[in-house]
Amino acid sequence: MTVAPPRRRKSARRQRLEGAITYPIDWLEERSGLIGGLRYFLFRKVPGDTNWFHTLGSATLTAFLVQALTGVILAMYYQPDPNTAYQSINHITNDLTLGWLVRGMHKWGASVFIILLFFHMARVFLFGAYKYPRELNWIVGVMLLVFGMLEGFTGYLLPWDQTAYWATVVGINLNGTAPILGPFLADFLRGGAEIGPDTLSRFYSLHMLLIPGAIFALIGLHLYLVVRLGVSSPPWSGQAAGSDYVEVTPTTDGRSGLTQPSARSGWRRNGGES
Amino acid sequence: MTEPQHEERPHPPGPSLYPIAFAAGVACILVGLIVNPTLIAPIGAAIAVVFGFLWARDATMEYRRVPEPIEPERREVPVKAEAPAIPAHRGGAAMPEPEPGERFPRSKFLEASTLGLGAVIGGLVTVPAIGFMVVPAYVKQGYPSVDLGPLENFTEGKWFVTSFFQHPDAGEVSRRTAYIRNNGSLDGKPSFTIISNRCAHLGCPVQPNGPVQDDQKKVVKGEHGQRVTMIPAIPAGGFGCPCHGGQYDPEGNRTAGPPVRGLDRYDYEIKNGRLWLLKPYSVTTVVGQGKDARIHKYKLTGPGEHVDGWEQILYPLQPPH
Ligand code: HEM
Ligand code: FES
Repeated sequence: MTVAPPRRRKSARRQRLEGAITYPIDWLEERSGLIGGLRYFLFRKVPGDTNWFHTLGSATLTAFLVQALTGVILAMYYQPDPNTAYQSINHITNDLTLGWLVRGMHKWGASVFIILLFFHMARVFLFGAYKYPRELNWIVGVMLLVFGMLEGFTGYLLPWDQTAYWATVVGINLNGTAPILGPFLADFLRGGAEIGPDTLSRFYSLHMLLIPGAIFALIGLHLYLVVRLGVSSPPWSGQAAGSDYVEVTPTTDGRSGLTQPSARSGWRRNGGES
Repeated sequence: MTEPQHEERPHPPGPSLYPIAFAAGVACILVGLIVNPTLIAPIGAAIAVVFGFLWARDATMEYRRVPEPIEPERREVPVKAEAPAIPAHRGGAAMPEPEPGERFPRSKFLEASTLGLGAVIGGLVTVPAIGFMVVPAYVKQGYPSVDLGPLENFTEGKWFVTSFFQHPDAGEVSRRTAYIRNNGSLDGKPSFTIISNRCAHLGCPVQPNGPVQDDQKKVVKGEHGQRVTMIPAIPAGGFGCPCHGGQYDPEGNRTAGPPVRGLDRYDYEIKNGRLWLLKPYSVTTVVGQGKDARIHKYKLTGPGEHVDGWEQILYPLQPPH
């Protein structure tokens, strides 16, 4: 019979140190519950047989956050004026310290974001993860895709060089050929009958305020639904769907609706041991 | 028993024709919007309104036939204060029954008024803001006339790549280009061919298929910072678009590629011996050449939009320009 090693007791000094470190966290948690919420979000249960493909959504999220960060900083130097926009981009790229890097991150990151968006969508589609009860999240995802592509369209004009200008002319006119409302849509995008000074500032405002704001809000909804419904396991999962069906006694205290969603959701099903 | 027995209930009316007439009115509106928005569409609207009303009246007939008897309001006469109190262990609950007049409680009213007031305030703020986002794009849009300089600059029979500011105050962003040829005089008046360089596919700048004599460039300065640049060119092969390969002959007729019609043209005017550019218009085809050309002219329409053929029904309305 082996004797368990005696539990080392923490020294008083160490305890005081830990207390000092956790004090602000405890302070916040006691008043807001935010820490618990964050911990719930980060360490929630997912099916045991999730794989790397399930990381594509988080990869897309990371790409979007990179765009948001680098974009906000670029906006500190960029000038959305037809006479100075091109020069300000040159200035960022060639004169300002690290400007080439941040602009490059934003420019290439835009493509990375769109590509990841499609990869993530492909994985959801191929895994059949859009099916009940996740249809709504697919719809939110489609809206994210549309706004993501609008973000690319509006951002493309901002360098205000020949490529940017004529690509935008063609893109707007393409929208203009939509039946019935197309001509009105084209005028709305241009801010008038012809491309003018207002077009650039309008695209800039859409690109840095309206569309990213909408994307942030939709991502919030998207992740809320991911957490509420749980991540689905892959189609080849050995576990029959619903094998873990647990009758959850309905309660009226509102909160359990959030923490114990439908019994069909994955995180309860594959809660580790089962 | 006051419940009406099954046999006594009125028979449901036969199927009504009003919905069909209503649908015909709606169809008439839609057709009218395309064919004749000022006459046919209002007629359709009138038909739809009249038959919509008749239909609604018809459909609600059953509910309106027997008017609900209205109970006269009655109130209990309050018990005289002198009456002996009811012992605690007898009688109904202490909470009085709601008064007959209190069927719409105060809390409901407060709920509705809070929501309603919120909606009104929200509307007051957002409607003008959204209006400001949308409306300026459609009003005060126009093509001011542009002075392109003295007629002598345009040598007879020669093409000039002519670029100018549509809105001199806006500067470079309003630079537009037209291909201009002086056709000599027609019935004693000078005749010009002025073709827009905006491709009728999706709006890229078409280029002359032939030499452009950059070394003979001429700049004419005008008022408000206007700068007209003229470069002689020989578009013997017509015009070509760099974007998707649309091709046009020297009169702007489409010869190949994706464009849906010919190149747009500009109206013009001669004032005090100077050439003035007026509004652009759209063109399907041009028959003949130079001053003898017969132009199939349409209201200015965006690139890629059909102005003739059956496809024109896709673009019944144009924003006001
Ligand atoms: C800004 C863009 C997007 C972000 C940041 C994002 C983020 C995420 C994240 C983090 C997840 C968790 C599971 C996973 O990573 O696979 C997820 C799941 C999901 N996403 Fe997205 N997504 C985006 C766009 C889209 C698009 C375009 C679609 C489809 C049209 C979509 C449909 C879904 C669905 C249905 C799920 C649930 C999958 C499951 O539960 O297995 N998302 N998303
Ligand atoms: S824009 Fe000219 S061919 Fe497409």
